[in-house]
Amino acid sequence: MSTAMDSGEEIGAIRTLRRGVHFSPELKEGIGGTLALAVLASAGQVVVPIAVQQVLDRGVNGPGGPDVSFTVWAGVIAALAIVVTSFASYRMTTRLFTSAERGLATLRTKAFRHVHDLPLLTQNTERRGALVSRVTSDVDQVSQFLVFGGLLFVVSVGQVLVATVVMVVYSWQLALVVWLCFAPLFLSLRYFQRKLSDAYGTVRRQVGLMLSAVSEPVVGAAVVRSYAVEHRTQRRIDEAIDAHKAASTRAQGFTAFSFSLGGVSAGLANAGVLIVGIWLGQGRLWGGDITAGQVLAFAFLVTLFVGPVQMGTQILTDAQNAIAGWRRVIGILETPADLVDPGEAGAVLPRGPIDVRFEHVSFAYPGGPLVLRDVDLAISSGTRVAVVGETGSGKSTVAKLLTRLMDPSEGRVLLDGIDVRDIGSASLRRSVVLVPQEGFLFDDTLAANVRYGRLDATDDDIRASAEELGLGDWLGGLPRGIETQVGQRGESLSAGERQLVALLRAHLADPDLLVLDEATSAVDPALEMRIGRALERLMNGRTSVTIAHRLSTAENADEVVVVDRGQVVQRGPHAALVAEEGGVYAGLHSSWVAQQGR
Amino acid sequence: MADEHGQQGRGSTSAGFRVLWVAIKREPWIFTVSTLGSVLFGALTVADAWVLGWSTDHVVLPAFETGEVGADMLLAVLGLFLGVAILRAVGIVARRLGAGVMQYRMQAHTRRAVTRQYLTLPMEWHQRHPTGQLLSNANSDVEAAWGPIAPLPMAVGTVAMMVIAIVQMLLADVVLALVGLTIFPVVIAVNVAYQRLAQGWMTRAQQLRAEVSEIAHESFDGAMVVKTLGREPEETERFGSRARELRDVNIKAGRIRAAFDPTLAALPNIGVLVVLAVGVSRVLSGATDAGAVVTVAYLLTIVSFPIRSIGWLLGEFPRSVVGYRRVRGVLDATGEMPYGDRTAAAPAGARGASLAVEGLAYSYEPGRRLLDGVDLAVAPGRTVAVVGATASGKSTLTMLLSRLVDPDAGRILLDGTDLRDLARGELAEAVASVPQTPFLFDDTVRGNVTLGADVTDDEVWAALRAAQADGFVAALAHGLDTRLGERGTSLSGGQRQRISLARALVRRPRLLVLDDATSAVDPEVEARILAALRDETGAGPTLVVVAYRKATIALADQVVHLQGGRIVDRGTHAELLRRSPSYAHLVNAYETEHDETHDDQGVNA
Repeated sequence: MSTAMDSGEEIGAIRTLRRGVHFSPELKEGIGGTLALAVLASAGQVVVPIAVQQVLDRGVNGPGGPDVSFTVWAGVIAALAIVVTSFASYRMTTRLFTSAERGLATLRTKAFRHVHDLPLLTQNTERRGALVSRVTSDVDQVSQFLVFGGLLFVVSVGQVLVATVVMVVYSWQLALVVWLCFAPLFLSLRYFQRKLSDAYGTVRRQVGLMLSAVSEPVVGAAVVRSYAVEHRTQRRIDEAIDAHKAASTRAQGFTAFSFSLGGVSAGLANAGVLIVGIWLGQGRLWGGDITAGQVLAFAFLVTLFVGPVQMGTQILTDAQNAIAGWRRVIGILETPADLVDPGEAGAVLPRGPIDVRFEHVSFAYPGGPLVLRDVDLAISSGTRVAVVGETGSGKSTVAKLLTRLMDPSEGRVLLDGIDVRDIGSASLRRSVVLVPQEGFLFDDTLAANVRYGRLDATDDDIRASAEELGLGDWLGGLPRGIETQVGQRGESLSAGERQLVALLRAHLADPDLLVLDEATSAVDPALEMRIGRALERLMNGRTSVTIAHRLSTAENADEVVVVDRGQVVQRGPHAALVAEEGGVYAGLHSSWVAQQGR
Repeated sequence: MADEHGQQGRGSTSAGFRVLWVAIKREPWIFTVSTLGSVLFGALTVADAWVLGWSTDHVVLPAFETGEVGADMLLAVLGLFLGVAILRAVGIVARRLGAGVMQYRMQAHTRRAVTRQYLTLPMEWHQRHPTGQLLSNANSDVEAAWGPIAPLPMAVGTVAMMVIAIVQMLLADVVLALVGLTIFPVVIAVNVAYQRLAQGWMTRAQQLRAEVSEIAHESFDGAMVVKTLGREPEETERFGSRARELRDVNIKAGRIRAAFDPTLAALPNIGVLVVLAVGVSRVLSGATDAGAVVTVAYLLTIVSFPIRSIGWLLGEFPRSVVGYRRVRGVLDATGEMPYGDRTAAAPAGARGASLAVEGLAYSYEPGRRLLDGVDLAVAPGRTVAVVGATASGKSTLTMLLSRLVDPDAGRILLDGTDLRDLARGELAEAVASVPQTPFLFDDTVRGNVTLGADVTDDEVWAALRAAQADGFVAALAHGLDTRLGERGTSLSGGQRQRISLARALVRRPRLLVLDDATSAVDPEVEARILAALRDETGAGPTLVVVAYRKATIALADQVVHLQGGRIVDRGTHAELLRRSPSYAHLVNAYETEHDETHDDQGVNA
C-alpha cells in the first residue's frame, strides 16, 4: 500500500494539474472571466509604459520642442489605462484567491476523509506524521503557488504575448531576433526544471530526516540521558542538520543560476536588436525600412518582454515545490481505500445480540505470510467468547476482521448471516464496537470523549451510564468530574483511567457486538479489577468477543476459542479445555497459573 | 494574544532589525557578499540604461546618419551589453545564493544550539515543557526567526539603489526630483498600511493552520477509535469546518492584497505622469531641458518596483520576532546537572553493584512530595521488587536511580559512591534503566541496541536472545540492519519493549532498573526474560524491578511496598502477604475478585 502511495509521486506535472482540478472543481469555476481580466490587466501593464515612452519621445522631447497637447492626451490615456488595469487586477486577484482557496479547502477535506479509509492508518502507526503533512503543509504549498505564483504566471505569460504582438507590429524581424536570443533559455527550461525538481525532492527528504533527528533528544530525553549517549545523539543531529543545509544550498544554487540565465538572454537580446537594427537600417538585411527612432523604441519594448519572462521562469522554479506537494496530496487520494463501504445500498443489521460466523477465512498482510488459515468459527448471539493464543498466533487479527478494520484475503465474515462487506458502514459501526488496547482519548473533556460513543448523550446519560458500570465513585473522585480535561491523547489520566473512559464510551454506544482487545498490563491490580467489573457489566445482554491476554478472562467466558499459528485448534468452556491434557490451552493455562504464583 | 498584537507596528520593526543584526554579526562575510551582489545588481540595472544611451549616441545614431559603422563598434555594443548582463547575473547569483546560504547557516547554527540545550538541560526542564512545543521551537520557530534573511540583501541593495537614484535625480533637476520623490513616502505608507491591515488576518491564518494540523494529528492518532465507532463523518466535519475557516480568512487576506498590489504597481506610473506634466511646463518655461525630464522619469520607474522588497522584509518581521523570542526561551534556559569525578569501577569479581538509598525525598512541584524518606539497601546481585498502586512513586524512584533527576534530600549510593559524585557518563557504564514506554531511535535494530557502543554482532544477538527478541528480529527483512523508528518497520508494543530491554542488557549493567518494562510482553515470555538475566551460577546484575505480576514479584529477594511516596512495608513477598492487608489487597486483587464473583458477592475496591 505504501508503494501505491509513493507511486503517486511519479505522475507528470500536466497530469498533476489535471487531476488537481478534478479533485478541486472550484478551481475551474469562473476561470474564463479570470483569464479575461488577466489579459486586460497584462495589456494595461504594457500600455502604460508605452504611453509614458511616447510622451517622453514625442511630447517632452519632440522634434519641435515640447508638445503639450500630445503630452496631455497621452497622459490621460495612460491614467485611464492605470485605472482599468488596477481594477482588472483587483478583480482578477480576488477571483483567483476565492476559487483557489475554495478548491484547496475541498482538496484538504477530501484528502483528510480519504486518509481515514486507508489501511495504513490502522496498520502502520509510524507513518501518521507523514500523512498529516499531506493535508497540511503540502496543501499550503499548493495554495501559496496558486494564489501568488499562479496569478503572476498567468499575468507574465499574458504580458509576454502582448509584448510579442506589439514587437511584431513594430518590426517582425527584430521580434524574431528577440525570440532567437531567448530560445536557449526556453529550451533549457525543461532541463533546469528537472534538475530543480530533483534538488527540491532531496531537500524534502532531508527535512524529514532532520525533523526526526531533532525529535530524538526531546521524545527520547530519558533514554538519551540514562544511556549517556548525548554525544552520539548530537552527532546524528548535526549530520542531519548539515545534510539538510547542503541539500538546501544546492537547490538554492540551481535556482539562482537558472534565474540569472534570463538576465544574460536579455543582454544578448538588447545587443542583437541594436546590431540587427543597424543592419536593417543599412539595408543589409530584408530591405532597410527602419529608422533610428524605431530601433531605439524597440530597445524599450525588449524591457517589457524581459521582465515578465524572468518573472515567469522564477515562478516555474517555485512551482516545482508546489507541484510536488500537489502530487503528494493527489497520491493519497488516488491510493484506493481497501475497505469499500456499500453506503446507502448496504444491508442494515437488525438490533439485538448478533451471531457471528467465519467461513473459510484466511488473512495475510500484503506480501506477508498467512496470519489466519482457513478459519471456520460460529459464535451464537448473546454469548461471551474469549479468544486466546500466544503472541503472533493471529488472535488480534480475528478482532480486526470482526470489526472490519480489514477484509479477509479469502472466505467470509458473516454477522447475523450477512457478509460484513455488504453491511453499510453506518449500520456496522452502530452495532459493532471495538474497544482497542490503547484507550485513545481526544484532547477535550472527559464528557466529550465519552460522547464520542453517542453524540446526543446528555451529561446525565453519561453519569447514569457510569453508575451502571460501577464507575460512579471513580467519576466523583475526579477533580472536575465529567468536565475533567483529559489532556493530549488523554495523558492527564492514567493508562487505566483512559481505559475506563473507553469502556464508558463503548457502553454509551450500546453495541450489539462488543469486541474487546483486552490489555490492562499497565495498570495496578486494584484498578484492573475495577476495569474487570465494568467490563462484566458492559458485556451483559450483548454478544462479546474478547481477545484475552489474561486467562482469568477466559475462565469467566462462556466459551474459549484457542488460536495457534493461524488456526483455531480448540474451543469449548474453560473447564473442558483445561482438562484436555496436552492441549494448547492446558499449556497456556499452566504457565499462566505459574506466573500468577497461585 | 494581546501581547502579539502589541508587538505589531513599530515595536516589531525595531525588534525585527535586532533579530537581523544577530544574523549579520554571526555571518558578516556572507552577508557582505550577498549585499554586494545585490548592490552590483542594482548598479548594473542602472548601467544598462547607460549602455543603451552610449550605444545610441556612439553607434546607432552615427550608423544611421553616416551609413557607416565599423565591425569593432558593433562588437563593442555586443560586448557592453553582454558584459553588463553577465556581471548582473553574477550579482543575482551572489545575492540569491548568499541570502540562501546565510539563511540555511543561521538555521543550522540555531538548530544545533537548540538541540544542544535539549541534551544539556536537566530532565526536570523537559518534563515542564510539552513535546510539541519543543519540537516546533527547533523547527518552525527557527525557520520563522530567520525568514527575513531571504529578502534582506535585496532590500539593502534597493536602499543603495534608491540613494544612487535620488542623488542622480537631484543632480538632473531639483524640482522634478522633489516632485518624483513624493512617491517614495507614499509607497512606503501604502506598504505599511498594507502590513497593518493584513497582519491580523495573517496571524489568524497562521493560528488556524496550526489548529488544522493539530486536528489532523489527533484524528489520525485516534484512527482506531474513529474507525471503530464510525465517526469519520464527524471527524471530517471537525477538520472541514476549521479548513473552511482557514479558507475564508485566506480569502479575506487575499482581498486586501488584491486591492494593495495594483495600487502599489500604479503609484510609480502615476509619479512618472506627474513628473512628465510638471516637466513639460518646466521645459516650456525654459527652467530645465528635456534630457533631465527623461532621466528623472526613467530613474523613478526603475526604483519604484524594488521598493516593495523593503515591504517584503518588513512583512516577515512579526513572525520572525515571535519565532526568535521562542527560540531564545530555550537558549536562555539554565540548569545543568553537575557531575563529580569519581569512576564507577566494579570491585574485583563483582557482577552486581551494591545499592543503598538513604532518606530519599523528591517533589516535582513544591509542597507535593512524590517520594519521602525512602531507605533501601540491596546487596550485589540481589533483586528488589517495588510494588505500589498507580502514582505511588515507583517511576519517580526509578528516575532517581538512573539519575534522570536529583533528589531534594537524601542520597543514592552505588558501591558506596554517591551518584552525584560520579563523572559524566560513568553512571551509564554501571546502571541501565528500561522505561515502561520504550523509545526507539530512527536507526537500525543494531543501532538501537548498541547506541554506538563498541559491541560485536554476536553480543547484540546474545542480548536480543536474553530479551527474547532474537526470533522476531531474525524474521525481519534485513535482520539487524532493519530500520526502526519513524520511517522504519513498525513493531508491536511488546516487540519494542524487548528491543529496549536488549539495549540495556548488551551493556552488561551491574544495576538493572526495570520500570514495568515487560508490561506488553506475554507472561511466559516475561518469565523466560527474567530467567535469562542470571547465568548458570545464578550470578547477574543487581535488579530493581517495578512489577505487578505475582510471578515476577515472587522472584525478588526483597519486596518494598510504596504508598504515597513512602515505603510502608518491606520483606519477602510471603511475609508481606501475611502481615500487610493493603499489600495483599493490591497484589491479590485478581484472586479476590475471582473468588468473590464466584461467591456472587459485591466488593468495594
